[in-house]
Amino acid sequence: MSSTADAAPAATHSHGHSHSHEHAAHPQGTLKSYAIGFVLSVILTAIPFWLVMSGALPMQATAITIIGFAVAQILVHMICFLHMNMKSEGGWSMMALLFTLILVVIALSGSLWVMYHLNTNMMPGHDMSQMP
Amino acid sequence: MSDTALTTPQGAPLFHLADEHEHEEGGSTALGFWIYLMSDCLIFAILFATFGVLGGSYAAGPSPKDLFDLPLVALNTSMLLLSSITYGFAMLAMQRGRSGQVQAWLAVTGLFGLAFLSIELYEFAHMIHEGATPQRSAFLSSFFTLVGTHGLHVTFGLIWLVTLMVQVKKRGLIAANQRRLSCLSMFWHFLDVIWIGVFTFVYLMGMLR
Repeated sequence: MSSTADAAPAATHSHGHSHSHEHAAHPQGTLKSYAIGFVLSVILTAIPFWLVMSGALPMQATAITIIGFAVAQILVHMICFLHMNMKSEGGWSMMALLFTLILVVIALSGSLWVMYHLNTNMMPGHDMSQMP
Repeated sequence: MSDTALTTPQGAPLFHLADEHEHEEGGSTALGFWIYLMSDCLIFAILFATFGVLGGSYAAGPSPKDLFDLPLVALNTSMLLLSSITYGFAMLAMQRGRSGQVQAWLAVTGLFGLAFLSIELYEFAHMIHEGATPQRSAFLSSFFTLVGTHGLHVTFGLIWLVTLMVQVKKRGLIAANQRRLSCLSMFWHFLDVIWIGVFTFVYLMGMLR
């Protein structure tokens, strides 16, 4: 019953309301942002592939460089294609993203760290009784 | 006890209508869908972590260097990237209210997505034909799970895209359809973001191991 009471004012106000909300809630892309995003993505994809296929750099340096390029490209996609900014949805999109990133970093680094040590300590021939 | 909580001191029933300011229909859809994508991101994070742990356990089987064909992966990556920009063009056409152009760009996006899936399935079939099945080693199990989950997402994205093409054809660019197209836009670009992680950590780093 409260829904019918709410529906009437919502329907009458919906036009002006949605219009004022449009810019804050759904940041829309422009041709320029998509074009910049695409060109940057092509560059940021081509260089890592070239580095690995040609072997121009030593292995360690290649690994660090391609991770750097991946992070840069993810940022480009977030800004140019997903239109992330501090203001969309009153900042809640960014809060959700930051929270997720924290969880992702904990899950990834924690798993890799713990399992790496578990693997090295469980290696055959590694005598635990020799440990201090 | 609960009576006192729900009534004012005067005894009149208290409704919290003050909080219920009018919400336009679908006003919270974009944020809700974004939070869904973040939960999806966590699924992929766990699959990446699993691959990171198991990615070096070949069980005397084939290693990434024996299996991966980087030019093919580069082609695959370009297909997904092109589909991202064409979806962007569909969104720009939607903002101008041109439903014909939206349909055309959606169709192009769908074709690029289909090309991506075909190349991936060809790659999988080739690997399985060579005996590199998911059962062969922990590396291959985690590889097929991670890349397969991404491929499954692209498949569902394609089904969604075709559904929206039918919707736009039948109803035009009404507010509900615009909202749906925006959600699929987020989904599609999100899958491209995940693919950046896949080609960097699985394929390129795999070749360096």
